[in-house]
Amino acid sequence: MNIIVCIKQVPAKDAPLAIAGNWIKESDIGFEMNEPDSYALEEALRLKEKHGGEVVVLSMGPERVKQTIKEALAKGADRAIHIADDNFAQLDPLGSAKALAATIGKEKADLVLTGLQSDDHGFGQTGVLLAALLDRPHATIIMAIEIAGEKMKLKRELEAGWFQHMECPLPAVLSIQSGINKVRYATLKGIMAAKKKEIATITRESLGISHQPTQKIEKIYVPTKTKKTEFLTGTPKEAASKLVEKLKFEARVI
Amino acid sequence: MKILVIAELRQGKWNNASFETLAAAQQIAKDTSSTISALVIGKGVDAFAAELAGKNVTEVLQVEHDLLEAYTPDGFCIALKQVIESSKPDLVLFPHTYQVRDFAPKLAASLGKGMIGDCIGYRSESGKLVFVRQMFQGKTAADVTFQGAAPWFASFQSGAFRADLLAAHPAGKAAINKIAVDLRPEQIRTKPLDLFKEAKSAVDLTQAPLIVAIGRGIKAPENIPQAEALAKALGGEIAASRPICDEGWLPMERQIGSSGQTVAPKLYLALGISGAIQHVVGMKGARTIVAINKDANAPIFEIADYGIVADIFEIMPALTEALEKSKSS
Repeated sequence: MNIIVCIKQVPAKDAPLAIAGNWIKESDIGFEMNEPDSYALEEALRLKEKHGGEVVVLSMGPERVKQTIKEALAKGADRAIHIADDNFAQLDPLGSAKALAATIGKEKADLVLTGLQSDDHGFGQTGVLLAALLDRPHATIIMAIEIAGEKMKLKRELEAGWFQHMECPLPAVLSIQSGINKVRYATLKGIMAAKKKEIATITRESLGISHQPTQKIEKIYVPTKTKKTEFLTGTPKEAASKLVEKLKFEARVI
Repeated sequence: MKILVIAELRQGKWNNASFETLAAAQQIAKDTSSTISALVIGKGVDAFAAELAGKNVTEVLQVEHDLLEAYTPDGFCIALKQVIESSKPDLVLFPHTYQVRDFAPKLAASLGKGMIGDCIGYRSESGKLVFVRQMFQGKTAADVTFQGAAPWFASFQSGAFRADLLAAHPAGKAAINKIAVDLRPEQIRTKPLDLFKEAKSAVDLTQAPLIVAIGRGIKAPENIPQAEALAKALGGEIAASRPICDEGWLPMERQIGSSGQTVAPKLYLALGISGAIQHVVGMKGARTIVAINKDANAPIFEIADYGIVADIFEIMPALTEALEKSKSS
């Protein structure tokens, strides 16, 4: 079972965001592995432990994404491919997917895994687009994978607490739902082993993709408030008793 | 402009988000002097097509095939691609449901086009449509425009438009056009099996008038009893955002948001919840929302009636005590 996991590096959850046009100022903030992708990586590692094969990490972006790639290698991925592109943040979903698909097409992967969506752009389209571009069957929001020969039995999450089982032949593309597993931490041994693992870097230009952007983010901004929030201040004790007063006599909900 | 709205059925009933998207289409049509085609896809959907025809739309497209009885991404993409190629809409709108996320980007890509997904609004700026969506988990909004030629594809987030504002057809009924599609079994590669729910919920949060919800800010499972004590003092139920249930700190049945329960209690007290879109869609209907978060910029404050910018570990015991005191006084 050869698995490619697509991993994005995104601004750290607690990073203060300074808006600059249609993106953010990248200096002075930390970056981390997109959390939904960490579940996809974990699932790939578990499938490899069960069925053998290889886990390849694929990540696109500027030089900084190597840090996230190394983390994935330390957790147990076998090797990595880095598509170097300083303007990655400006790509539309289809543009990103074309570069990833061109790279995946050169590998022999039985399964391609992605997280559900990224915590920065939040397009949530990469997995489905890869399936379209690679002409492979796909399924999204996956909560369990069982492999039996040339096909998989999957548990897919639907809305409002419903689930559905489905069958999907291999090779395929799956988008993994967060919470499918418990993500492991890298061990010291894993971190040492990762130093010897291969990271192949290719530039996005070298893939020779023709792509006209389908959409453009004109600008980003802090959303205007729809509700007027009354902020309660003071010591915790003061704020708490103010809130109880408000809930009792103003909102009248308790 | 010609707008095509893809309505969605879920287990033999409307997915109500379809009507919100249709309401969005009616607004866009008004702003841009466009026509609306409303589409229903499946098998045996006469009654649904008739219902759509009662809305203020130019026409209803009824797409039926035996192989469309159960949803599959291959079946829906192949069928809808044929419809779009023949009916040539400029703008194709979807409700941003789990099902749409599963196939719409592929449908757009199969026509060499892109999709702006999960939009919360739009503006028409001198004839050019600007779509608004959220980025960075709701911390920022983004204005997004289509590039290149139509058709353009977009989906609207649940709750972004009001289904109750949907206009009825002025003259009774719109025409219903049945469209035949060419679909063969071997083109459908995945096989949908049984639909099911996990073990029956012991708690029905949708009926709870008072909810105390925790998010990542709770930090560790051993801190949950503090939130539970607060919920008890309030006489409310404990709930959580997705990450807490993903970690297994609270059961999935306690999860509020797009993949969990949608609630509209009298009071929703959000503790250490940042307010990511996926959570907010499940609770924004609450009558009174209180947010307590140490990050003054957390998006949850956008929708809160009352806010306290503070460490929840300082507020939880203080608030529990204040509630106990107010009960005894």
